[in-house]
Amino acid sequence: MVRRLEADEIAPTGYAWSVQAERLQVRAGRRLAVAGLDLALGNGVHGLLGPNGAGKTTLVRALATVLRPASGSLRLLGEDVVGGSVLRRIRRQIGYLPQEFGYYRRFTVREFVEYIAWLKQMPPADVPGAVQRAIDRVGLTDRAEDRMKTLSGGMVRRAGIAQAIVNDPLILLLDEPTVGLDPDQRLQFRALLRDLAADTCVIVATHLVEDVAAACTDVMLMDEGRLVFRGRPADLAAAAGDATHDGAGDSLTARDSLAERGYSEIMRRHREGAAR
Amino acid sequence: MTAEHVPAGLLARYVASGTSPGSSHVDDSGGAWWWVVEVHLEHCPVCRDRVRAAVAADDGLLAADLRRVRAELAAVVATSCAERARATGSLVRSRVRGMFRSRTHGWARWWVTPVLLPQLGMTAMVVAAAVLLDLADRAAGRFPSLVLLLAPVLPLLGVAASWSRGLDPAYELVVGSPRAGLDLVLRRTVVVLAGVIPVLGIAGLMVGYSPAHWLLPCLAFTVTALALGGFVGVQRAATVLAAAWIVLVVGPSLVASRLPVVLAADAWPGWAIATAAVAVVLAARGRAFAGMASGR
Repeated sequence: MVRRLEADEIAPTGYAWSVQAERLQVRAGRRLAVAGLDLALGNGVHGLLGPNGAGKTTLVRALATVLRPASGSLRLLGEDVVGGSVLRRIRRQIGYLPQEFGYYRRFTVREFVEYIAWLKQMPPADVPGAVQRAIDRVGLTDRAEDRMKTLSGGMVRRAGIAQAIVNDPLILLLDEPTVGLDPDQRLQFRALLRDLAADTCVIVATHLVEDVAAACTDVMLMDEGRLVFRGRPADLAAAAGDATHDGAGDSLTARDSLAERGYSEIMRRHREGAAR
Repeated sequence: MTAEHVPAGLLARYVASGTSPGSSHVDDSGGAWWWVVEVHLEHCPVCRDRVRAAVAADDGLLAADLRRVRAELAAVVATSCAERARATGSLVRSRVRGMFRSRTHGWARWWVTPVLLPQLGMTAMVVAAAVLLDLADRAAGRFPSLVLLLAPVLPLLGVAASWSRGLDPAYELVVGSPRAGLDLVLRRTVVVLAGVIPVLGIAGLMVGYSPAHWLLPCLAFTVTALALGGFVGVQRAATVLAAAWIVLVVGPSLVASRLPVVLAADAWPGWAIATAAVAVVLAARGRAFAGMASGR
């Protein structure tokens, strides 16, 4: 199902980066979960990897304009994220799937996605079509009239992706989007990501290295609130090649994917560097 | 084959061979005669006409070919149509149903989320319990009306759920949306009041008090919870206010066994002034609901 494109949607953008952060610091409770992070992201699928507690979710929440940065600058779509009407304008262009995706159990999938479309201030005339398109894209067409509480975990996650893409966002933030998806759905999800990447800045926070290796144009590794690595998925695998020469390639690790070994090798090197 | 046209014998054989080449078409002569005829026919209208005449003369052949083509087409059409019908059928059905639904129930959804319903149900139960206690106590008259004592803080149950991380599962999505803000909070609060006030009205009449006693206190507490919520969060504000009211007013009234002066029918100017003052604070602080959380 296609939709009509408005003239302002295909106009060239007036900014260089969809997401631009300089020395960004964000608090989670008392802790500084994001501690001085520089970032410049354009369109494409950006994988955000890191161990538990690395600050991925806090960073994503700050990019979703849910959390206020403690210091540093954050520009989204070329505008400084401050309060007021600017914030409202930016939020209309953001799609967000939180890590703990809460939903109303009594709503049907369609009602829920419609409600989010309404929250995103979409023009009422566009809502039915946009909702149907979002539900179709995540493959929940035949479950659209079922209540959210009857869905399986993977389907809830897909409904979460549907609500995130319903407004055709320019910035799409997905926090652990593949949790609960079976392998087939994961493949479909990656195809959807590649489809979106052409005109959207997609940020996928995940701990699953293989998702990143398969679907991302660009990988970032976070540890303790800082960016420790940025490169292509192939660079992750290349880092694994170095590790094998170091003598780490015993028979067990040989079965792990190259990207996973590259990830742990970069983390190990970073931590050794930090300890020194 | 003659220099100009396909010989009559070969043409007859071509017509008899049907519409598609098979292994039998490369045969005795050692050449692919069938293809030679085919290529010649492409350029020679005279021979095409002869083929047409030959086929037309042989009714059985034409009829057999047509039957075969029709059968093949029918099979293809049937399967592909069934597939498409299955695919689009559910799509169309769900779309039609979806549009119908959003027309009929849509207006309500923009105002209320399902999480408010249990809260309103709980409020109604508390009111019912208070009415029963009041009616039981009516003969003895030992205590002041519980309905009246609890009325000011009863909307807080629903108000707390209208803007709270703990009670609203989609809170994270709501606060990150462009519609987050005082207008959305007020919208939900209006629904809470629209549910609670009629219930209290009926309960008040059953135990013999007019809305003059409790309506303004109700509004004052609701607005105060929101205004305070702009600083510390609505759920926390509602809890603190309800606890303070119960400890400072309800408890002493039950112990002293008389209605507090603040709930007398002539206390309304005080409540009106308080409500107006707090409403100003709320309007000034309302931007907090649209902004970002500090993360602390």
